[in-house]
Amino acid sequence: MSVETIVRAEFQTVAREQEKTLTGVSDDTVLLESGLDSLCFAIIVARLEDQLGVDPFTASEDVYFPVTLGDFIKFYQDAAG
Amino acid sequence: MPPAETLRDARLGSRAQLIGRRGRVNPAQTGRAIDADLSGAHVLLRTSDQMHAALALIELDGVAARIVICPPDVKPQHLPPVIRQAGVDVVVSDDPALAVKGLRFAAVHSPSPGEAVMPPHQTEWILFTSGTTGAPRMVAHTLAGLTGAIQPALSPDVVWGTFYDIRRYGGMQILLRALLGQASLVLSDAHEDVADFLVRLGANGVTHLTGTPSHWRRALMSPAHAVIHPRYVRLSGEIADQAILDGLKARFPDAAIGHAYASTEAGVGFEVTDGLEGFPSSFIARPGAVEMKVENGTLHIRSPRTASEYVGGLASESGPTKKPLLTDGWVDTTDMVELRGERYHFAGRTGGIINVGGLKINPEEVEAVINGHPGVRASRVSGRKSPITGSIVVAEIVAANDNATLKEEILALCREKLPAFKVPAMLRFVPALELTAGGKLSRQEAGRHA
Repeated sequence: MSVETIVRAEFQTVAREQEKTLTGVSDDTVLLESGLDSLCFAIIVARLEDQLGVDPFTASEDVYFPVTLGDFIKFYQDAAG
Repeated sequence: MPPAETLRDARLGSRAQLIGRRGRVNPAQTGRAIDADLSGAHVLLRTSDQMHAALALIELDGVAARIVICPPDVKPQHLPPVIRQAGVDVVVSDDPALAVKGLRFAAVHSPSPGEAVMPPHQTEWILFTSGTTGAPRMVAHTLAGLTGAIQPALSPDVVWGTFYDIRRYGGMQILLRALLGQASLVLSDAHEDVADFLVRLGANGVTHLTGTPSHWRRALMSPAHAVIHPRYVRLSGEIADQAILDGLKARFPDAAIGHAYASTEAGVGFEVTDGLEGFPSSFIARPGAVEMKVENGTLHIRSPRTASEYVGGLASESGPTKKPLLTDGWVDTTDMVELRGERYHFAGRTGGIINVGGLKINPEEVEAVINGHPGVRASRVSGRKSPITGSIVVAEIVAANDNATLKEEILALCREKLPAFKVPAMLRFVPALELTAGGKLSRQEAGRHA
């Protein structure tokens, strides 16, 4: 499975578990307007670390916070690549 | 400020405003927000709106004998012990649905003209700790203690904003700073998201903005952060790591960035302004109102700003955090620190307390819920580091038998009994959990990433 597929699947899973409704899943969806809260993102980041073996938030030398879902996916693609 | 001064006196002549989502109020020019005479009352302040909470506090300080300030997420089943232990005799609220059976109810509303003259009282301010156990724990402060760290200078050009709720210690500090400095304050609203709040902060020209590191990470993830230009950025309530300090410096290069150490029990301890995580070792034993020492690897604080006492019986407390509040005036913060070179760094908390975005969780409380499932033999709950919320809650579980749906059943049980931030984000089944020589669950190895 591609990094993108895994990331997208995790958004769906966590939204369902946390009883949130995803309001958008396109690349330009702003993360904070996606219907998920900070706790959801924390869970997604932890699960992706287990699945992909990377936590780009912690590993990154640069200070970077992704804003859109597309940024978020690319962040993981770059780190996993 | 002298201890006898009340919030009502402090605001006189002020042009400052409290800025809510639905309008603004100048506390100096408003009349009564509560129609009842609450002289000497023991008040439970429980509102749905932060603005009403602020107005009630201004009106009741120096009038009520005691104000128990209820944060928005306290569950109704936890109120009876609070009411009993604090001797509450009246509920002040903006919502009749929040009335408590058997207690007098006084409505707080947007102010009507006319100044109330009521006999003065020394008011006790009772705040809830950030909540390690299900039942909230109350600590008593005085206004003088709560405002001890606040510089008396007036700063009417300052517009404060805070991601905190003013009904918790961190937000209360900002409300008091604004009121005493005759500065304005933009209040967040339960019904607005981060982006909307940021836009409103920008529109109101926020100059001083505060929140936890988790609040700030969330703000930096919002495109709306482009509309704010604070000249002072403050972090507290959680340990600020270098990444978030660097992130804020990059985003707000002209702002002064400080991270403060404070807790509901210990009050405001110190502020670090050099942009680095941790604090200089020279802070220990430096002269000043706040004394600090490191004992058994944890930070201890003694200051006139510490809470005077816990309210209610410690006898009802259980678990590893059970302790008297003060020993010779010292508060054990239970925050572990490590000396590296000339600097102390925070290294987690004793007793395994987990801090999720500033909200504290006692692992035993979550374990008790999990262990309530008949299919669970044992469980261990711990914190796993998170770059988003500081920590998240994870659980290891020893199952009593094979059950394909056990994971879902445990999570459903946790969601029913616990607020979302306490529900384990990840569950892992393990064959056994290590015990210490004393037969207690070993917490040393808990959580692979803790």
